[in-house]
Amino acid sequence: MTSAALVARSVSALAGGPWTRFGLRRFGRLLVSVWVVVTAAFLMIHLIPGDPVRAALGATAPLDVVEARREALGLNDPLWTQYGRYLQGFLSGDLGTSMTSGLPVSQVIGDRLPATVELAVYAFLLAIAVSVPLGLAMAAATRGGRRRHTELAFTSTSVVLAAIPEFLVAVGLVFVFSVQLGWAPVAGRSGPSSYVLPVVALALAPAAVLARIVRVEMLAVLQTDYIRTARAKRLPRRTVSVRHALPNALTASLTLCGLLLGAMVAGTVLVENVFAWPGLGTTIVGSIVGKDYPVVQGIVLVYGVGVLLVNLTVDIALALIDPRSTIRES
Amino acid sequence: MRAKRGSTWVRALRTPVGATGAALLVVVFLLAALAPVLWSAQASAVDTSQILRGSSSAHRLGTDSLGRDILYRLLVGTRLSVTLALGATAIGVGAGLVLGTTPMWLGARLGRIVGAAVNIAVAFPGLLLALFFAAVFGIGATGAVLAIGFAIAPGFARLTQTLVARVAGLDYIAAARIAGVGRGRVLIRHVLPNIGEPLVVNATIVAGNALLALAGLSFLGLGVQAPAYDWGRLLAESLNSIYINPSAAFATGLAVVVAGLAFNLFGEAVARGLGLRTPSAAVVSDRGRRTPRAPAPARADGAPDREPALLAVEGLCVSFPGPRGATTPVRDVGLSMRRGASVGIVGESGSGKSLTALAIAGLIEEPGRVDADRLEFLGADLRGDRVRAHRHLLGTSFAMVFQDPLASFNPTMRVGRQLAEVAEEHLGLRRAPAWARAVDRLRAVRLPGAERRARQFPHELSGGMRQRAMIGMGLMGTPALIVADEPTTALDVTVQRQVLRLLESIRATEHVAILLISHDITVVSHVCERVLVMYAGRVVEDLPTVDLPRCRHPYTRALLAAVPDLATDRSRPLTVIPGRPIDPSEYPVGCAFAPRCPLADEHCRHVDPALVADGHGRRVACWHADATPAERVGDPN
Amino acid sequence: MSELRFSGVTVRFGTRTRGLTAVDGVDLTVASGSVVGLVGESGSGKSTLARAAVGLTPMVSGRILLDGRPVRAPWRAGPHRVQMVFQDPYSSLDPRMTVGASIAEAIPRAIVRNGVTRRSEVARLLGLVDLDPDRADQYPAELSGGQRQRVAIARALAARPDVLIADEVTSALDVSVQGTVLNVVRDLRHRIRLSMLFISHNLAVVRYVSDVIAVMYLGRIVEVGPADDVLLDPQHPYTRELLAAAPRPGATPLGPPPGDPALRRVADAEPADPHHPREGCRFHPRCPVGPLVRPERGVCREREPATAEHRHRAACHFALPASHEDSHAPSDEGGSGAPTPAH
Repeated sequence: MTSAALVARSVSALAGGPWTRFGLRRFGRLLVSVWVVVTAAFLMIHLIPGDPVRAALGATAPLDVVEARREALGLNDPLWTQYGRYLQGFLSGDLGTSMTSGLPVSQVIGDRLPATVELAVYAFLLAIAVSVPLGLAMAAATRGGRRRHTELAFTSTSVVLAAIPEFLVAVGLVFVFSVQLGWAPVAGRSGPSSYVLPVVALALAPAAVLARIVRVEMLAVLQTDYIRTARAKRLPRRTVSVRHALPNALTASLTLCGLLLGAMVAGTVLVENVFAWPGLGTTIVGSIVGKDYPVVQGIVLVYGVGVLLVNLTVDIALALIDPRSTIRES
Repeated sequence: MRAKRGSTWVRALRTPVGATGAALLVVVFLLAALAPVLWSAQASAVDTSQILRGSSSAHRLGTDSLGRDILYRLLVGTRLSVTLALGATAIGVGAGLVLGTTPMWLGARLGRIVGAAVNIAVAFPGLLLALFFAAVFGIGATGAVLAIGFAIAPGFARLTQTLVARVAGLDYIAAARIAGVGRGRVLIRHVLPNIGEPLVVNATIVAGNALLALAGLSFLGLGVQAPAYDWGRLLAESLNSIYINPSAAFATGLAVVVAGLAFNLFGEAVARGLGLRTPSAAVVSDRGRRTPRAPAPARADGAPDREPALLAVEGLCVSFPGPRGATTPVRDVGLSMRRGASVGIVGESGSGKSLTALAIAGLIEEPGRVDADRLEFLGADLRGDRVRAHRHLLGTSFAMVFQDPLASFNPTMRVGRQLAEVAEEHLGLRRAPAWARAVDRLRAVRLPGAERRARQFPHELSGGMRQRAMIGMGLMGTPALIVADEPTTALDVTVQRQVLRLLESIRATEHVAILLISHDITVVSHVCERVLVMYAGRVVEDLPTVDLPRCRHPYTRALLAAVPDLATDRSRPLTVIPGRPIDPSEYPVGCAFAPRCPLADEHCRHVDPALVADGHGRRVACWHADATPAERVGDPN
Repeated sequence: MSELRFSGVTVRFGTRTRGLTAVDGVDLTVASGSVVGLVGESGSGKSTLARAAVGLTPMVSGRILLDGRPVRAPWRAGPHRVQMVFQDPYSSLDPRMTVGASIAEAIPRAIVRNGVTRRSEVARLLGLVDLDPDRADQYPAELSGGQRQRVAIARALAARPDVLIADEVTSALDVSVQGTVLNVVRDLRHRIRLSMLFISHNLAVVRYVSDVIAVMYLGRIVEVGPADDVLLDPQHPYTRELLAAAPRPGATPLGPPPGDPALRRVADAEPADPHHPREGCRFHPRCPVGPLVRPERGVCREREPATAEHRHRAACHFALPASHEDSHAPSDEGGSGAPTPAH
């Protein structure tokens, strides 16, 4: 077979395959969502009641300064023109200029993004590393209704921990470990020990929720008919748990993982503010207070796209692991 | 049997979780209402001589930068925190309801667009949406409430959508529409009441989250602004002086957590009472006390004379603990099978037939208990823990076929692999030969395209194919017995025939015994030489299939008469067995069938008949086994 | 009571290329006062046909006529003249309404205006289905499956329908309870001469209540005729299979599988996939007298059989030709011109 025919054959095989259909569909959805986020970020300034420039510069600023700033921001052009310009800017990486510092927004974001990403990623890894084994161990220990006291203690602790917002955890940790014990710095990002408290603060509640869910899902899977079949085949208990139950329980928990990671991205805002962490969270709060709208727009955009990417990753992982989902999509 | 509404809420209060949550809520609401009335003066009293002091007897939680007492400020601040939280919840729930019910009042097409928008919004965590709206509405309490409210709306809309869709698909909605009930009335009268409770429960939990989120916004400085103060602001202030006055921060934090928990706990308790699934719902069954077994009647007489070579069961009982003592859904069941025999167990729902099969197979897990005087398979004692010693014997010689082949296969594992692992585990084969054997077995059960099918996942096969694959899985070893629990119930009648034919041919060629459980006596009569009829956990009759027309137990007789067949007399009403099958927790002292039996008398109601052999290889458990009843026409209720 | 006529009804789901034709050109008549039993397995389209008759599922083409006039959509005001009873007794009644309220909701306003109270009408309807009128104040949770189905029948009758459609009403019930519902159906036939379309997968149950039996396979009616005729002398191979699989009195051992390998293959053939119907006669991949077993019958692979020319309007090339005896069978529009006597 000639190479051309081979290429043609592969292309047609790929084009018709369920994976391609899934990929196209999902990618299409991603594009639409990104477009919605960009449009929402753009509209933000225009939704603000009153005059945003006046609000930023203050009530006493002279009129010509306000007008000049307006012109500089391009706010006098018709809406569609501004929109077009914004989209163009987004696609080429130009997100405007900060009203307070004069720096390009993309630069501001570029400086601060790595710190936030580090925080979120470390916290996510910590949460998974702790909660999944814990949840599985709890499931093994409490299946069939045994050890009710352990189950009650576990569930109560998990509920209480999950109910404590990150900033409170952060404050508490600061007080105990920095102020009282002096084991870790109070604020700032300056070395391995400065990562410990922020990461733990961010990871605690999600870990509690995840451990609980992993346990519940594992127990639910252990009650299914196909686990009964596996036992009827007289497979050793460990094989049943690891080969049959575990993958299904983890798949069921995967969606929640995605949600938690998304929530963690939001949580960075609060934790960063407690620890004066040099990330996007401190920047956005400062910008909202200082009415530096271009920066707020830019950061909202980055957060939004970040969450979308997380969701996409979860969907792809699910499609890879669960054979039913690919087929359903196509 | 659930009766009135409102009783679930009361029941929720009785659980420790619900009671705690409710109590805390009451405290919070009382504080919100009364604290400003009682203590505003103390809360705003400025005392410049006491600036930023730590805790003391005069100021339990110390003072702030203007010398004001923090404890009083904490108590008085409850009102603002709670009010704002409730306000945000109201906005979020209201907007969510409107958005979520759009398909009902705006039509399907617009509803889909709104639904798509909601799905996109739901992907974003609440705090991000809140920051967005905070930027738009500006900082301050109003802005914060609007921000959190609109951040809550998409999640709630999604929940409403799901609930409405679930209810709208139910038959009684369709019936109402066909009966001419208008769209609006259907929404108000049928849909909303049936989704009301989950919505209210979720709104309660959402209120708790709103409280925490608002505290967060105020903490960041984006929420409540001076001179007003809520818990979030107080927390921000106390963070600044955490070195001097840690107890203030601690107490404020505690207040926030406790109030949030109050809403969450209460909501979750009610949800559990309603049977809704929430993240913290535990999968736990009651263990209960161990009560002694109900007194068994005289032991069933021995089974047929032949020496049982394959399966021998005597005195089998299965019990489960319950809130009101143990229930015993299987009582003193005995049967025996020789090689190549085919026996059917027939019974309706609640008769215990499936549990009997599972108990024989050793598949009843805690907290269920299986007791038997004798439970032998190929000479091996399977009672209690001893079953584990015979793992390989059972894995190769004892095959099970379950009712729902879709649920009984692992959905994320290929069919061939699920068959092959039997050979890998029990026959010591390696991957490739085990797979080859799996494909061979699939061919043996006449699965078209066996090689291709082995590589597929269970959901890609049709129901009949799956059932055949399951039989093939049982054939991976060299089974001496196949226990099939309702193998054809989920299948079409023509496919049913194929599967039964397959079982029969396996029996004929491989000399494999079949134990077939079914609620359908005609299915059993197709395949089995012998039938055991079960009612209320007991075997009430045991006879060869050919003798069915001459059965002796009134229940068997009624069962046969109640099933219409191709020769049923159309000019007469069908026989009906009055009453309902009995629940295992309500077994009476005497014969369990007596309330429904035309021949029952006082003796029947007080003494449970034993299963007695008649010397012709049949057994029956009835005091009036040989009486012929007067004609009894079907009787409603 | 009235005549319900399906004429060339087609129902499709999904798009043109990747869709499913659940009902394909069905012609069926429920004569006034008669019960037509519609038999078919999963994928036959029988439930879809029923839902089309009450307007729950839109048709792509064809007409459904009640006494010659089109049956209208359910969102128009007033009750439908064709009412339906559903399969699942647990979702057919609103759990939050009493039995009496559910039934009363279906009573048309016109009836109540004429001096008859809701309560008395509900009591009358409950009596029609052999239930104690006191049950009107109970909730569905307190009733058994069979009792709920009877309440569903009473509710359907409350709207004074011209035709009642029963969709698998006994399939979800225990054997000992089926009789209560079937006896009520039988009773209603005699008492109020109800026209009914009775749908089931169980041939014996259908036989018990029906005057006419119609057999449906993959969206088409493959045989229809008077009940006794169809059962004693089935023309279509699928009907014969259903008959063979139906319960008979006494023990009926299955017997060994057929010796002929072609017959065995056909006997084990999978039910057809409704998403991918085959060319020619839909049943030929499973047909024991079709081209897989008798190679000379190639016509089955090429052409769909015409129904009008065979007995019982059977969709089989090799069914007996229609004879004058069939003038008793209901004919479709434009079929053999002889008028059909009411059954």
